[in-house]
Amino acid sequence: MASSLSNIFDVSARAMSAQMMRLNTVASNLANARSTYTNKEDAYRAIKPVFTTVYADHAAKTGIASVDVESFVRVDREPTAEYRPDDPKADADGYVYAAAVDTDEEMVEMLDASRNYQNNIEVITTLKALMMRTINLGK
Amino acid sequence: MLKIADHLGIHQHALQLRAQRNEILASNIANASTPNFKARDLDFLSELEKHQPGEAMLSSNQQHMNSLPTTSGPVQYRLPTAESLDGNTVELHVEQMQFAENVMKYQASLNFLNNKITGLMSAIKGE
Repeated sequence: MASSLSNIFDVSARAMSAQMMRLNTVASNLANARSTYTNKEDAYRAIKPVFTTVYADHAAKTGIASVDVESFVRVDREPTAEYRPDDPKADADGYVYAAAVDTDEEMVEMLDASRNYQNNIEVITTLKALMMRTINLGK
Repeated sequence: MLKIADHLGIHQHALQLRAQRNEILASNIANASTPNFKARDLDFLSELEKHQPGEAMLSSNQQHMNSLPTTSGPVQYRLPTAESLDGNTVELHVEQMQFAENVMKYQASLNFLNNKITGLMSAIKGE
């Protein structure tokens, strides 16, 4: 892939957008965490992003690499059946199917993603300050 | 005749290498949660030594090679203290410390260069 990955701003920007997509999936998963369904097949399953490394054109020499979201997958997890005959969505046997989302797992995911996002901001802020100092060299 | 580039000495190469190392460390931090990503780093000292005005190897025949083949490139893989289950070898605390150190040393090189330039300027102006 001919990537447009040439400098440090590209590296951090791509990494930050990847982490942002991860945060989006966490938000979607948490939003659907409490929803119930009549059919097992229709039930919501948590969405997870798949990260992959993108290398710059001369990565072996420069060592520049960033990250992209390759695809999104749905977790391979069965929705849990709950016996709630009063629920309007209950099937003939009185069961509803709850979305396959682990809220604890999503919270951990959210913390990790936001921390990584902050790390990238920190890197770019530091390097930007260095670049400004380098531009003003000799003044 | 002494060129201005000679006056700046080793610091210009050091600054370039520090900048390159910053990019590598930033790439590591960017890939902190990518499965199977292997953290990389630059051997700063051995890279800098390539720019030292060392003695050229003498050869008795023109076909003799004057540089030894190197076993590895400039960018090498980091050995992790504890590899994570997904095959990622980025340890954020390590990378952040290396990054902080590298930024500090970049600023040191920048200061050296600044002093050299200030010296040149005052020599030119003759003040």
